[in-house]
Amino acid sequence: MSLRATLIDEIETITRDQGKAMPPLTDELVLIDTEFDSLCFALLVARMEDRFGIDPFSTLEIADLPVTLGDLIALYDRSSLAGAA
Amino acid sequence: MNLRARLHRHGGLDGVRLADRTASHAVAELVKAPADREMAQRLAGRSILLATEGQMAAAKAMLVLDGLARRMLLLPPGIAPEQLPAIVRDAEIDLLVTDRDGPLRETLPDLPCITVQAASGAAPAAAPLATEWVLATSGTSGAPKLVLHTLEGLVGGINTAATPEPGTVWSTFYDIRRYGGLQVFLRAMLGPASLLLSEAGEPVSDYLRRVAAAPVTHLLGTPSHWRMALMSSAIGALSPRYVRLSGEIADQAILDALRAAFPRARIAHAYASTEGGVGFTVEDGREGFPAGLIGSRAGIEIAIRGGTLHIRSQRTARRYLGSEAGPLMDPDGFVDSGDRVALRGDRCHFLGRSSGMINVGGVKVQPEEVETVINRHPSVSMARVKPRPNPILGAVVEAEILLHDGQEAVADPAALKAAIIAHCRAHLDRHKVPVSLSFVTDLPLTPGGKLLRTPS
Repeated sequence: MSLRATLIDEIETITRDQGKAMPPLTDELVLIDTEFDSLCFALLVARMEDRFGIDPFSTLEIADLPVTLGDLIALYDRSSLAGAA
Repeated sequence: MNLRARLHRHGGLDGVRLADRTASHAVAELVKAPADREMAQRLAGRSILLATEGQMAAAKAMLVLDGLARRMLLLPPGIAPEQLPAIVRDAEIDLLVTDRDGPLRETLPDLPCITVQAASGAAPAAAPLATEWVLATSGTSGAPKLVLHTLEGLVGGINTAATPEPGTVWSTFYDIRRYGGLQVFLRAMLGPASLLLSEAGEPVSDYLRRVAAAPVTHLLGTPSHWRMALMSSAIGALSPRYVRLSGEIADQAILDALRAAFPRARIAHAYASTEGGVGFTVEDGREGFPAGLIGSRAGIEIAIRGGTLHIRSQRTARRYLGSEAGPLMDPDGFVDSGDRVALRGDRCHFLGRSSGMINVGGVKVQPEEVETVINRHPSVSMARVKPRPNPILGAVVEAEILLHDGQEAVADPAALKAAIIAHCRAHLDRHKVPVSLSFVTDLPLTPGGKLLRTPS
């Protein structure tokens, strides 16, 4: 599964488990405007770390903070490339 | 009255034995007045560090030294030699009684020394002292705390008026050089009744086979000890009349499992600690304790202050030793147990240690509460919950799980993990549900038999 597909799969799992109603997961979606709260974020970061061994949030600059789902995917993409390099 | 005099007062020591893996002694022989008056003089009034390899030597020495020594520090196993000079200084030790050499002696080159063998032959004190008993608590880090008790306080929770049922044999997973085990040693000796000692490093099944063969009637341990025992093939051979748990939270799962394993036994969970002494015992088979125990009863007062259980009684320790040690009790004499409790209806429940809390984005999570829920899942033998650093919330919860049947027997580990998480979600606030689970083959216990918690 690609990183993008995994991330979306995890978001869907977490929101289902947490009973959150989510709009369609498009790249433009601003996650913080949805029911995806800080605990959901924390779960997502932990699960992505378990699956890929990367945690881009632990070394994040303010300017890099993801706003949209597309930003989040890009952040993980960069982190995974940096990890592979 | 000192220990030896109490035993003599009983007289009826016929058949009362003290046994371990390799030896069995008649207690009457151990306390019959030996003739070594010179040894008694050498021990009289001294502050003694009792450092023995095994429990039997410690037991023999305790019977003789109580009443002779000014102070007796029971060195538990597992104390690093480099910690000894500070212990000796803080407890003002002036004599070592030991059967050990090597690093122990090398770290204390200037301390006079008598062998346990020689000391155990000492005559009773001409003028018995109220010997101070000092226990070293196994802290999670740093130097052990030295906790001073009196014999009167240590035995305050023991009913010495009742004659033990014939054939009573006590045993415990605990080491008698720590508070829980010392209680069992004193209960047996003051009964008087026989006692079978456990041994460090002995496989649980081997110990349980000795327990079954004795046969032991009164068996004590922590909930973690019992969870291990219930996984042993030897458990079926046991037929205790009295089963007692203390030292950790006894959750409903372990109480129910013990009830199922021993349908005819009295099953008691007790609340006791090195500092707070024996608090109370509950025998109704339900986790927690009746709210009615809060308040004053004969000999003990229990209060909840700042969410933790406080105890005031003659059974608590008197003080800590050492110039840097803080006060053991509040100015009004209450000892803060550090055990967090919550009142729910007519029942008080233990939440866990105040020091072990996990902070999940400001939500306080008590590992023990999560463990209690996980332990109720039918596949789970025991769980350990700990914090996992998380960049969003500071920490989240994760759990390590020991399964009943071993993880090899699980056809679909991912499905079982999902089922356990779903079980947690049904019973816990969402911040308390573990983010991740791992199945482990072993969960280490502390030397005191409690689940080892990594300091967070």
